[in-house]
This record gives sequence, structure tokens and C-alpha cells, in this order.
Amino acid sequence: MAPPAQSRPGRTLAVLAVLIGLLYGFVWLAAPSALGEDKLSAGQRYQARLGLDLEGGTSVILTPRRAEGAGPVPRDSLNQAVSIIRNRVDSFGVAESEVTTAGDNIVISIPGKQDKSILDTVQQTAELRFRQVLLSGPGVATPASTASPSAATSTPSASPSATSSTSPSPSPTASTDNRAVPRALQAASSPSPSATGTPSPTPTASAPTGTGQAAITPELQQEFAALDCSDPEAVRQTLRAPGKDNPKKPLVTCDEDGAEKYILGPAEVLGTDVDTATADLAMNNQGVATGGWVVNLKFNGEGKKKFGDVTRRLFSEQGDLNRFAIVLDGLSVSAPTTNAVITNGEATISGNFSQDEARDLANVLKFGALPLTFDPGEVQEVSATLGGEQLRAGLIAGAIGLALVVLYSLLYYRGLGLVTTASLVVAGIITYGMVTLLGWQLGFRLSLAGVAGLIVAIGITADSFVVYFERIRDEVRDGRTLRVAVETGWARARRTILAADFVSFFAAAVLYLLSVGGVRGFAFTLGLTTLIDIVVVFLFTKPLVTLLARTKFFGQGHPLSGLSPERLGAPKRTLTTRPPSRRPAVATSTTKEATS
Amino acid sequence: MSRVGSLGARLYRGEVSYDFIGHRKLWYTVSLVLIVISVVSLLVRGLTLGIEFRGGAEFRVAAPSANEESVRDTVGDVVGGEIVVQRVGNNTVRAQTETLTSAELEEVQTALAERFAVARDDVSTQFIGPSWGRDISTKALRALVFFLIGIVIFLSLYFEWKMAVAAMIALLHDLLITAGLYSLVGFEVTPATVIGFLTILGYSLYDTVVVFDKVRENTAGLAGGSRMTYSGAVNLAVNQTLVRSINTSIIALLPIAAILFAGVVLLGAGPLKDLSLALFIGVAVGAYSSVFVAPALLAGFKEREPAMQALAKRVAARQGKAATTGGPPSASRGAAAATSDADVDDEIAHEDAEPVGATSAATAARPRPSDRRPASRPRPQQRKSGGRNRSGKKKR
Repeated sequence: MAPPAQSRPGRTLAVLAVLIGLLYGFVWLAAPSALGEDKLSAGQRYQARLGLDLEGGTSVILTPRRAEGAGPVPRDSLNQAVSIIRNRVDSFGVAESEVTTAGDNIVISIPGKQDKSILDTVQQTAELRFRQVLLSGPGVATPASTASPSAATSTPSASPSATSSTSPSPSPTASTDNRAVPRALQAASSPSPSATGTPSPTPTASAPTGTGQAAITPELQQEFAALDCSDPEAVRQTLRAPGKDNPKKPLVTCDEDGAEKYILGPAEVLGTDVDTATADLAMNNQGVATGGWVVNLKFNGEGKKKFGDVTRRLFSEQGDLNRFAIVLDGLSVSAPTTNAVITNGEATISGNFSQDEARDLANVLKFGALPLTFDPGEVQEVSATLGGEQLRAGLIAGAIGLALVVLYSLLYYRGLGLVTTASLVVAGIITYGMVTLLGWQLGFRLSLAGVAGLIVAIGITADSFVVYFERIRDEVRDGRTLRVAVETGWARARRTILAADFVSFFAAAVLYLLSVGGVRGFAFTLGLTTLIDIVVVFLFTKPLVTLLARTKFFGQGHPLSGLSPERLGAPKRTLTTRPPSRRPAVATSTTKEATS
Repeated sequence: MSRVGSLGARLYRGEVSYDFIGHRKLWYTVSLVLIVISVVSLLVRGLTLGIEFRGGAEFRVAAPSANEESVRDTVGDVVGGEIVVQRVGNNTVRAQTETLTSAELEEVQTALAERFAVARDDVSTQFIGPSWGRDISTKALRALVFFLIGIVIFLSLYFEWKMAVAAMIALLHDLLITAGLYSLVGFEVTPATVIGFLTILGYSLYDTVVVFDKVRENTAGLAGGSRMTYSGAVNLAVNQTLVRSINTSIIALLPIAAILFAGVVLLGAGPLKDLSLALFIGVAVGAYSSVFVAPALLAGFKEREPAMQALAKRVAARQGKAATTGGPPSASRGAAAATSDADVDDEIAHEDAEPVGATSAATAARPRPSDRRPASRPRPQQRKSGGRNRSGKKKR
């Protein structure tokens, strides 16, 4: 009946000690590679990583926007988006920032307090497109502005077809008017070398359909006239409606500053065509820094060709048609003029950039091409003070919870309660080691909800002991001696414990897979501690009880051991088969019980 | 200790029992009252949705000088719309607004920091997109449906379908009452609440499974004999698992109570208090229903079966005979059981109050009712016949 393990409880305990040693050894080894530092104190290596709600910091959850009834979000698109966002965050040089997925969502965690520009950049989740400017005007919706751009349009529309690029538009009348407006933009028309690259003299590109002035339909005219750019974010919101911002169609939109509005041609170059973009100091012809900033842009293979075609066509154009707009999430970030035909795929965008502006634009160009569009689901910024307060509350709750459970099991199970306490301590040691290790290895961070999960798990873990102890007691009541009861009781309790932990783990797994945000940590720690519970019960509690059953205190059922047969109400015959050499104290107590 | 210990033994052998099934009308009434309170509370008070489900922005400023009024004014100067201000924790004030842009968020944050002379970093903010709540509710609902389907399949395979139905009704009973009492307390419903709610499913069901497992063990081959009615077997199972149920529930509730305390008293707001309140109510109600509701429902279903009715008649006939010959009555008992149940509570209370070290003396000194041990003496015979059979399978 008894499993063979019974004979070697000491060995099992030794195995567990070795396992725990290995666990903490792994933590020691894993810490440096995770932090990228070699010299770490033991305190640093064994510091569990805390979530932002306990440490202070900013977390952003982005949810992909999906059309109604659309299928699941493609996995690789999501992963691509994660790496793009990670690049954006990393470009700010924040240590320990993390970008991960949770279901379909992207979770961005930035420790410590950060200025909002990171969030803004990260939240610029949109697709990047290069569109030709067909028409521009000041960003107001007045009847007057309707008249002037339409005049401007009518002039160059002399060009008959969409392939207007080969024939330079004859009348640049409106251009001076419009020139005055983009001065606020970082257009390439500033005095310094605007668009570098090898100018190619062959203007034989043919534009795709839909470009050129001919694409400006009366509807677009009307839309353009009515557009009010005083609130660009509102315009962006309306453009987010499905089908509004179609890369294959012209777009009526605003400048990010709201200073200018445009009718733009279809997207000709996409963000995916950009290889890299960097913010650099502007140089004059002699190679001396002018003190200004420019953005250097490099296209990849296909982008190189596309960009060459576009610049070739635009270079020969005049006025608005000479400009291309860099459109991010519906709004134009910048609309420089084309000063050269660029076929080597390397361009410079110049203008009156500050360093920050240049850096931001470069980041947008480099990382702008997200394959999905995201909405900010939750943005949480926790101050270090609040974080510390929450951590303290979590620890206090844990201490109280643990103390109550220990107290209850000591009162109810007496000596066995010590086994419970020791088992909980061992479970706590393993849990802390696992949480730390997972922190280094998988970037797991303990959140407030995670702490709650750990505390709730005290109950789950202790329940396994309740099951086992009650089973042992039932076996003793059936008249078995303790040493036998410990084994037969285990054989039966084992199944129940496994079933209980399976149900608990299953529930935690379902919760983990289907939940998002901070509460996810609850499901994680609950599931983790369920597994640890199994390890502790099998490798610690059971062998320990087996060992204790061999001691005089437990094995002979001392009244304080929690296993005293007479106190458990074992049948009389057990008492009579007991060896007569029992300690007087026990005998007295038995007598009292029997006679009272 | 010893008294509880021997009580456990007598419960195990069926010497002491509370007639859960016999008193089912009483417990159904209790449940019904709780359900009515819950439904009324849900209809009248409703559930207050947290900002996570409504969308909007939240600011928390921790400053001794901050009070509701000044925070409301400061925030109101920057943004319009509805502003909900509430004191949380010791010196923290929380303000919730409608959805803001990130520029507005920053403005409010700066304004609060300046007004209360704290670092801007000390103003915590939270922004929730308008569609976020719908997103997470959909997910929670999906989790619930997945879980319930999985459980119905599991229970139907593991037990018979009548057990599955009884367990499911008990589960819905738990969820309804938990939601009702939660709304009665008036905490906001946040994702933490939902998580707590979903966690209850596992707890509640598991308790029921343990009792039903024992029922199945006790009723194996029952219909052929005339020893015990189905209800009697169910009742025995409930009593046998009672000690385990009480211990498990108390041990589960203690840490949850600690979290609830920390969440309400130390923090005043946040996931701790929502999660732990949902868990606390849910675990308590789940323990209650696994003892008082689910087994009674099961017995009610099964007693309608012709085979079980025939069994009940045979048992009644045998008991009638036994009564005339002065034999021991069978498992199902009435009034006497109620008093012994009161004793149980009394004893457990005594035990808890007792310091560990002083136990022996206290036990020795305390006068005890003398009927217990002697009363159990004449029984070994009966126990042997039934006991072996009963403990043949697993038990908790």
C-alpha cells in the first residue's frame, strides 16, 4: 500500500534542497545578462523585479483597431509592430523599458517618471505615407480660402491627363502665394543644401493614375474648402474612420500644426520603404556645421526606385505639385519641396529644425510604418510615492494573511501546524526565487495584482495540507497507526491534491489568456504558485511528515502533535494495542478525557 | 482540539450529523432571501462601473493640503465636463474626468502639482480609451463562457448530468449573490473585480466537486440495498466533508481578508480592494452553497427517480422495524441534529480563542458535556459495516 518513497524521505528533502539551490544559482547567473552589467551585488541579483504600479512609471496599453467582423489580428503584424514600437522607445534611451504583447494588445512599460514626448511618439502608431501635394492652403475654413485655392487649381489644370509630370505646368501663378505658407514647415526649400543626392537629368517618369492636378475632383475641392484645421487632432480622429484614409485615393487633410491644409495625391512611397532616418547637424557646402539640424533619409531597395521616380516627376513640377507630404496617421508631418531628383535613395530633409524636432521626425520616418493601427487603451502613470505605498500595502497584506493562516493552522493542527508553517516558508522561498528568475529571464514584473495573487495562493497552498492532514486523521480514526496512516493517507490525498491544483491551474490559465492589463499578473502568480504547491507538497510536506511520524512526539500521538489517536476519536481498540510504556502526561490527559 | 478532533471523527462516521437535506426548505429560504436582496440591489443600486469601463482620465494627488473641494476646483479650471472627486487612503485625493487628450492630461497634472506644491511626478495619472472597457468586458464575458462550457462538459463526464445541473445552479447562485452583495457594498466594478469574479468560479465549483465526489462514493450500489436513502447518503457525504469545507474556507478567507483590509484601510482605492471584496464574498457564498444548496438540489433531483423512491420506501420500512425493536436510527435525523450543530459552532469558537501553550491545562480544566464519548461507544459495530465501504475511495 505504501509507496516506495516512504523509505527515503531524507533523500527527497535533499533533492528539494538541491533544486532550490539550483534555482537561486540560476537567478545569480541570469541577473547580469538581463541587466547588461557584470558587477552586481547579491542584493541586486536577488531583487525581484517590480511592476510599474509598485515602482512608479508609465505603462501604455495599445489595442489594434479592427474593422467590424474582421478576423483575428495577424500574429506577425503584431510582432512587427512590437519591434517598431520597441525601437521608438529605445531611441529615447530609457533603461529597462519594455514592450510586450498581451493577447492582441501591446503593453509598453517605461519605469520611472518620463516626459510625455515618449508617450506621444510611441502613440504615433500610425502608418507613414509619402503623398504628392496637389494643393495647399492656409488651414482655415473660410469662403475666401475656397476662392483662392480653386483659382490656383484652375491654372495648372491645363495639363490634360494625370500623367502631367512630363510636361511642366505652364503657369506657376499661385506658387508665390502658397510658398509663403509652408515657411513654418521644415521644408527642403531653405537655403542650405536642401535635397542632396545625384540629380539625374532624365525626366521620363510616368506618374501613376490619380496624381497631378487632374485628380482634384469637385468633391475634393468642396471637402478642402470646408476643412478647418484649427484642431488637427479632431481632423485626425475623423480620418480614423474606416475607409477615410485610403492610400490608393487622394486625401484632404491638415498639417500637424493646423497651419496649412492640403489635397494630397495617392500614397506613392510607404513607411516600409524607408530603411533608416537620422537627425544630423546641418552642413553647408564647405562641410561646416551651420548649427541647424536636418533629417537624413535612406530608402531600401524598392523604396529607392519608388522615391527616385517620384522625385524625378516632382522635380519638374512647379508650386504645390513640387512638394511631397510625409503623412503620419492622417496628418501631414512635413511637406518639403523637391529640389533634386534623387535616385540613390538618400535624401536630406532640411528646414528650421530644432534638435528635438529633427529627432522626432527621424524617428517617425524610421519607425513610422506600423503594420497596424492602434488606439491607446490605457495609459497609466504611477508616481514613485504611490508605487511605494501600494508595495507597502501589498506586503502588509501578505504578512497579515500569512500570520493568520499560520495561527489558524497552529490552533487547529497543533504540531502539524508547524509542518504547515514550514511548508509555507519553503513555498515562499521557491516562489520568490521563481519570480526573480522569471523577472530576469522573461521580463516578468510583479504587479500589485500579482502580489494579491501570491497572497490568495497562501490559502490554496495551505488547502493541500488540510486535505492531506484530514486524510491522515481519517486513517488514524480508522484504527491505523500513524506511520501507516501517513502513507495510506498520502496515497489517497495525493489524487485529491492533484485534482484540486489542476482545477486551480486551469482557471488561472484561462484567466491569464483572456485578461489584459495589470490584473493579468494575478492570474500569472496564481498559476505559478499552484505549480509550486505541487512541488512543495510532494517534495517537502510529505517527506517531512513521514520523518516526523518516526519521532516519538508525532508517532506516538502526543496530544500537542495534532495526531493523537484518542483525541481524534480513534476506536478503543487502538488504545488497547498501544504499547503500555506511554508517558504519564499523555496517560493523564487520556484519563481525564475518558472520565470527564 | 480534542473535541473538534473527535467531532471530526463522529462526523466522519455519521454519529453526529446535521440534517442538511432535511432542512433544505430553511436553507432554500435563506438563499432565496439573499437572491432577492441581490436582485433588488442590482436593479436599484446597480453596479458602479469604474473608469476602466467608462473611459476617461484619473488623477491622484498625494498632498496633505489637498481636499475634495480644492482638487475639484483645480481640475475644473483646466477641463470641463463631469469631474468626480474622492478622497482615497490617508492623504490622497482622486479626481476622475471624461476622456482627455494627452496635452490636457499634462495640463491638469501640472496644475495639480502647482496648486498643492508637490513635484509633478507625484501626481499619478491614468487615461483609459473609450473603447477599452468594451474590449475587456468582451474578453471577460468570453472567459466566462469558455469556462462554463468547459465545466459543464467536465462535470457531465466526471459525474452524472443531474450532478452537473445541481453544480451549475449552485454556481449561478453564487455568482448572482456575489454580484448583488458587491453592488450593495457599492465598490466600483473594475477589471480587478472581474478577475476576482472569474476566480470564484473555480473555487465555488471545486468545493461542490469535493462534496459530490463523496456523494458518488457513498451512493455506489445504494439502490440495490435498503440501508440508506439517497438523501441520507448525500447528507452523510456533506457531513463527512464538513470539517474539510470549513477549514479550507477559513484558510482561503483569511488571506483574502488581509488583502481587503490593506486595500480599504491602507490604500483606499485600487485593484486590491475590488479584487478581494469579490473574492471574499464569492468564496464565502461558494462554501455556503457547496454545503447547503448544491447537495440539497441534487437530492431533490434524484429522489424523483422511481428507483430512489422505491429505495426510500424500503429504508422507511426497515427503519420502522428497527424503531419497534429499539435499533439505532439511520443517518437522516431531525431536531436532535440541530442542537448538536449549535454545539459544533460553540466548540470551534472555544478552540480558536485558546492560546496554544495553555491547551492541556485548559482542556483538562474545562468541564465538558459527558454524553459525547460514551454516546459513541455502542457504535463500532455499525461503523465497521459502513465505514470500510465509505472510506474505500478518496476523501477530503
